[in-house]
Amino acid sequence: MKLSEIVDALDATLLIGEDKLDKSITRCGASDLMSDVLAAVSEDCVLLTGLTTVQVIRTAIVAGVGAVVFVRKKKPPQEVIDMAKDQGIPLISSPYSMFVSCGRLHACNLTGLDGKR
Amino acid sequence: MLATLPGLTENDNLPLINARPARITAPSENFKHMSQLKKSFHIKSRDFIRAGEASINIQNLLKSMDFDPSLIRRVAICGYESEMNVVMHGGDGTLSIEVDSDRLILEITDDGPGIEDIDLAMQAGYSTANDDHREMGFGAGMGLPNMKKNSDRIQVDSKKDDGTLVRMIFFIPEKGETD
Repeated sequence: MKLSEIVDALDATLLIGEDKLDKSITRCGASDLMSDVLAAVSEDCVLLTGLTTVQVIRTAIVAGVGAVVFVRKKKPPQEVIDMAKDQGIPLISSPYSMFVSCGRLHACNLTGLDGKR
Repeated sequence: MLATLPGLTENDNLPLINARPARITAPSENFKHMSQLKKSFHIKSRDFIRAGEASINIQNLLKSMDFDPSLIRRVAICGYESEMNVVMHGGDGTLSIEVDSDRLILEITDDGPGIEDIDLAMQAGYSTANDDHREMGFGAGMGLPNMKKNSDRIQVDSKKDDGTLVRMIFFIPEKGETD
């Protein structure tokens, strides 16, 4: 599904990445443990997390994550937003909990990082 | 601080852990005539804000040299996990990348407290991290296992109170060979 459809499905706010709204995403991972993200096949996925540190963005850069969703209405500090902007990584803020955010995206046919539903 | 190890060759009988099957290692046309390059980056202990910068620099360097994206990703993941290990547990350290004709060598050294039980540290889920580390999304005991998984060879050399050296080798795939 397109990134714009992910934003709609989550009733979310796009923090940055308007130029990437047509990007196609098929897989989704949810974790606050960045090593788990690094251990999985995370390229071009959407990452749901409750962490808002610079390490989330560095993990996204290193692992090739397609977009980051911060759950529970979280908004990261400005330096985190700036870093993501520099690197062209879209950031989204979802008003829902991790569980509900995951459920909504699963209902939209996104798979896990391993391709399973 | 541990001494730098001599250069490895495929036939070296060092106590390497075979993380991945050995690959075809003949240099591709692109790299046959490339002169060897080595770059080092200082890693500061407890600097959680900058942790990961060196690995992203290495990632960008390898991208500029047109290496296989999958290979670059594996090197960057190993570098990042290495950096986090040093920032969390080690003293100050150095992360270096060496580009050879048929392989990339990623090496991290630190003058921290060393690893008491390397076998235990290699087990997924074993961790000596604290809550501060976990708040940054690390410290789940996946660092060294991730480094083992993503490198073709890994060597861990450490003693209690005597620093740590981790050396990882990534064989450069033949052109057209995918990971």
